Amino acid sequence: MTLLQDIGALAEIYDVAIVGAGPAGMAAAVTARAQGLSVVVLDRGFAAGGQIYRGLGNSPLAGRRDLLGPDYWKGEALLDDFLGCGADALHQASVWYLDASRCLGVSQGGAARIIAPRHVILATGAMERPMPIPGWDLPGVMTAGAAQILLKTSALVASDAVLVGDGPLLWLLAAQYLAAGVPPKALITTTPRRRLAQVAGAIPGFLASPYAAKGLALLWRVRRQVRVLDGSGGVEIRQHAGRLQVRHHGGAEEIGADHVLLHQGVVPEVNLARAAGCPMVWQATSGCWAPQVDAWGNTGLTGIAVAGDGAGIRGAEAAAVAGRLAAREATRALGVITGAVRDAQSAADIRALRRLQRGRDFLDRLFAPSPSQRAGSPEAMACRCEEVTGATLRRAVAETRAAGPNQLKAYTRCGMGPCQGRLCGLTVGEVLAQHQGRSPAEVGYFRLRPPVFPLSLAEMASMPTLEEEEGRANRP
Amino acid sequence: MFRRLSDTGEAMLPFTLDGLPAEGRAGDTVAAALLALGHLACRHSAVGGVERGPYCMMGLCFDCLVEIDGQGNRQGCLTLLRPGMAIRLQPGRRALGQ
Repeated sequence: MTLLQDIGALAEIYDVAIVGAGPAGMAAAVTARAQGLSVVVLDRGFAAGGQIYRGLGNSPLAGRRDLLGPDYWKGEALLDDFLGCGADALHQASVWYLDASRCLGVSQGGAARIIAPRHVILATGAMERPMPIPGWDLPGVMTAGAAQILLKTSALVASDAVLVGDGPLLWLLAAQYLAAGVPPKALITTTPRRRLAQVAGAIPGFLASPYAAKGLALLWRVRRQVRVLDGSGGVEIRQHAGRLQVRHHGGAEEIGADHVLLHQGVVPEVNLARAAGCPMVWQATSGCWAPQVDAWGNTGLTGIAVAGDGAGIRGAEAAAVAGRLAAREATRALGVITGAVRDAQSAADIRALRRLQRGRDFLDRLFAPSPSQRAGSPEAMACRCEEVTGATLRRAVAETRAAGPNQLKAYTRCGMGPCQGRLCGLTVGEVLAQHQGRSPAEVGYFRLRPPVFPLSLAEMASMPTLEEEEGRANRP
Repeated sequence: MFRRLSDTGEAMLPFTLDGLPAEGRAGDTVAAALLALGHLACRHSAVGGVERGPYCMMGLCFDCLVEIDGQGNRQGCLTLLRPGMAIRLQPGRRALGQ
């Protein structure tokens, strides 16, 4: 890998531009380079790894490997391959534009450029599903993923923390805090109590999956050592006397804490794919949008693929496999190998993907937030940026008969802030869907336009003129 | 409070917070350094003027905005702490020209 220092060091032409340096992006880069393609990886992080392997190459916990667990360190082999693969990498770079002709706008270090790669693989990964409960916008309330990032990069652990929600990441965080010797004060699970019975049919498939033994051991370890309050709906957080107070439905007591760490699953981070115009599909089981892709990650736009959790949540190992498949397909599309060679090279990966898919259906269904959790509480801030509450949203839906998210955005400003709807878009869709008696698929989503990350006027002004770009391209 | 587990001896990085001397560790983002010092809030929100602090730590929520070396609206979680940085908690909406 060649670490590019600034945006001016980007070549004019790449066979493949990969957005994101998590498992999917790294694996795609390694595979594409092995086929002889020129590759650039554009990544928002400080170093390769994405969120799951964040800080892996420079961990402050390298001397305490047990703490983060084996799944984290498993990423080292892939990271090493990536660092040695000969791709160009530009970190701290935001890709804010992509269109159907594969013009790609990127900014870094206060400057911006448009490049035109022959093929694009989006490996933008996942983000935590918004969890609009009252008080989720208070200082001291963060996501479980945020707490994990602080642990991986700065070896920081929140003492006196209450964990709220459900899903593998929340339990993993609890286990990591236990291993660190800083047990969470309590873990309040929000999955409805009857859910396990409802998804019982998927249990045998789960037990045969690679996740079962690991997941159950984790659950057992945490349950033995942490106070777990099960199936609590109606969780509310308020600030009182400089501390957070957590109340949950059915619990008479309030639990005081310095930190509250929230999690109700992860969803694909799709703003760039959506703004580029990739056709999207609603994934009803997990309640989220994903780009429509085929088995190779091809979207509806020629030469633009999506690999990894950004195309649907399957986890880090599956993301790396999907990255390799997308890279081989890119190689085929660019005429370097035939379809038959691509298929032959990919047979083992396709088998691996099938194995990794086993058991995921159970996890998706077990931890899917209920409709009321997805729509959020009326008392909670639905749109954090523009400070629009759930109640304001509901009033606007009722009074204005807004047909869809875009009208609701015009009426209330929800989704208009700097996060560009990432933390309210799913909530808005659910509120509309439930009011109208339709599915979120029918309600649709905000119309996203570039830039998908804020771009300063100075960055825009720094962009080369058309004449300068042409002059550069014509240079021998 | 956040507790620091690391004992790998990262360098201490001096910076100023609202003009007062402060310290973080090499490898910290600005957001992490402020959290480690106990500043759970880093700004007042643009619309309601209420306290907000980092939420996602991965560059998506824009709740960790601070002023760094005179420039407002910087995402603390996407900025590595550098020695000598002048960091200010952000009071509401950023003024034009800042």
